[in-house]
Amino acid sequence: MSLIRFFKIIFMIDFLTGLIMAVKEIFKPKKTINYPFEKGSISPRARGEHALRRYPNGEERCIACKLCEAVCPAQAITIESSEREDGSRKTTRYDIDMLKCIYCGLCEQSCPVDAIVQGPNFEFATETREELYYNKEKLLENGDRWENILAANINADSSHR
Amino acid sequence: MTELFIFFEQIYRILFLLIPVLVSVAMIVWLDRRVWAFVQKRRGPNVVGPFGLFQTLADALKYIFKEIIIPASSNKVIFILAPIVTMTLALIAWAVIPFSETFVLADINVGILYLFAVSSLGVYGIIMGGWASNSKYPFLGAIRSAAQMVSYEVSIGVIIINVLLCVGSLNLSDIVLAQKDLWFVIPLFPMFIIFFISALAETNRPPFDLPEAEAELVAGYQTEYSGMMYAMFWLGEYANILLMCAMGSILFLGGWLSPLDLFPFNVIPAPIWLILKILFLFILFALIKAIVPRYRYDQLMKLGWKIFLPFSLIYVVLTASFLMYFDLLPGN
Repeated sequence: MSLIRFFKIIFMIDFLTGLIMAVKEIFKPKKTINYPFEKGSISPRARGEHALRRYPNGEERCIACKLCEAVCPAQAITIESSEREDGSRKTTRYDIDMLKCIYCGLCEQSCPVDAIVQGPNFEFATETREELYYNKEKLLENGDRWENILAANINADSSHR
Repeated sequence: MTELFIFFEQIYRILFLLIPVLVSVAMIVWLDRRVWAFVQKRRGPNVVGPFGLFQTLADALKYIFKEIIIPASSNKVIFILAPIVTMTLALIAWAVIPFSETFVLADINVGILYLFAVSSLGVYGIIMGGWASNSKYPFLGAIRSAAQMVSYEVSIGVIIINVLLCVGSLNLSDIVLAQKDLWFVIPLFPMFIIFFISALAETNRPPFDLPEAEAELVAGYQTEYSGMMYAMFWLGEYANILLMCAMGSILFLGGWLSPLDLFPFNVIPAPIWLILKILFLFILFALIKAIVPRYRYDQLMKLGWKIFLPFSLIYVVLTASFLMYFDLLPGN
């Protein structure tokens, strides 16, 4: 053991350096945010809660092609479809089991009409499991609520699609 | 009638000490978490009450409403007794701490011995809790804790001898008054450092928190505890930390004496000075928790037995010879 190292140990030089550094760190600005009161920025590509969008005239975008159902790796999506009176193919049932979903975003990527999208909302915790079995009404309601942000996000990311 | 009056007066005085101690234990948990968070540039608990001050009270409330689970194979009487022992021992030691010249609950002549004895008894709470759980992690944690506390108590005892050589009395008030001209931290500085590190080991604080090393022992002797019993262990632990801080400030930092006997300092009441010194030592405890990695167990034992014990013994000889040679021995 060299003499310098010996004196370093005896006088706890390393320890004191650490202590001074810790005291300095105390007065530096915090790196964390005050979460429930302030929130971090979210990318337009964020894959949060699902939503089914509508066209501006109120018509559902979804054409029941079932690509999302096919691509879903967790098999969280269940779709049933039938022909409407006007001859167009529409879904009669569109369920997503949010507990199975792994939020991979493949449904959004596979959708040819941008109907199913994942919005920026990640705070949809519930008190019961049943509330997380989303049906078509819930998804369309989400789409209506978030439409402005969803459209803006799709627009912001359009150059990469 | 007068006996009854004296009895109630004593009860009142005990409560007058005990309730502030319990409240400050709660506050000190908050301070610990807060300092720890600040060093890591986090915010720490800041939601409940102003600056999150009531966080510990909220936690305590949560613990009260939680279920107490007693393992089927445990020794139930000892299992229940263990947190009570820890908590009680951590609190009764406060009886001899002098907060000012007049305010001390029990001004006994062997105050320091009493303090030392009570803090040594603290091992029993941990050993009882760990052994009565009848489970492997608590058992290993308790054994580690007992070995660690016993080893470091030896060097703390020798350090106390250093102080006693300079004072010539075991009374805590006398120890404080002997530091009127010079705090013992200056002539006995190496002893103060060793006392501080031993206090860390004695109270199972990081970097010596091997008894509850999360990565190896889940939570050590507390593993099987839940609800209020866990909270009592937890409060007892922090009360012990406060006690060690108080002991350090009385032995080395001049207790309730003001640093300078000049105008702005000596108007501040004596208990405030003691509280400030305890807080200073506690913030050091909290900072060390944030910056130092955990020791390995053999390193811990080597530090205790091979470095601290011989060093403090040599220092006893040095202090004694110095006092003898310059004829400074107290009582002469």
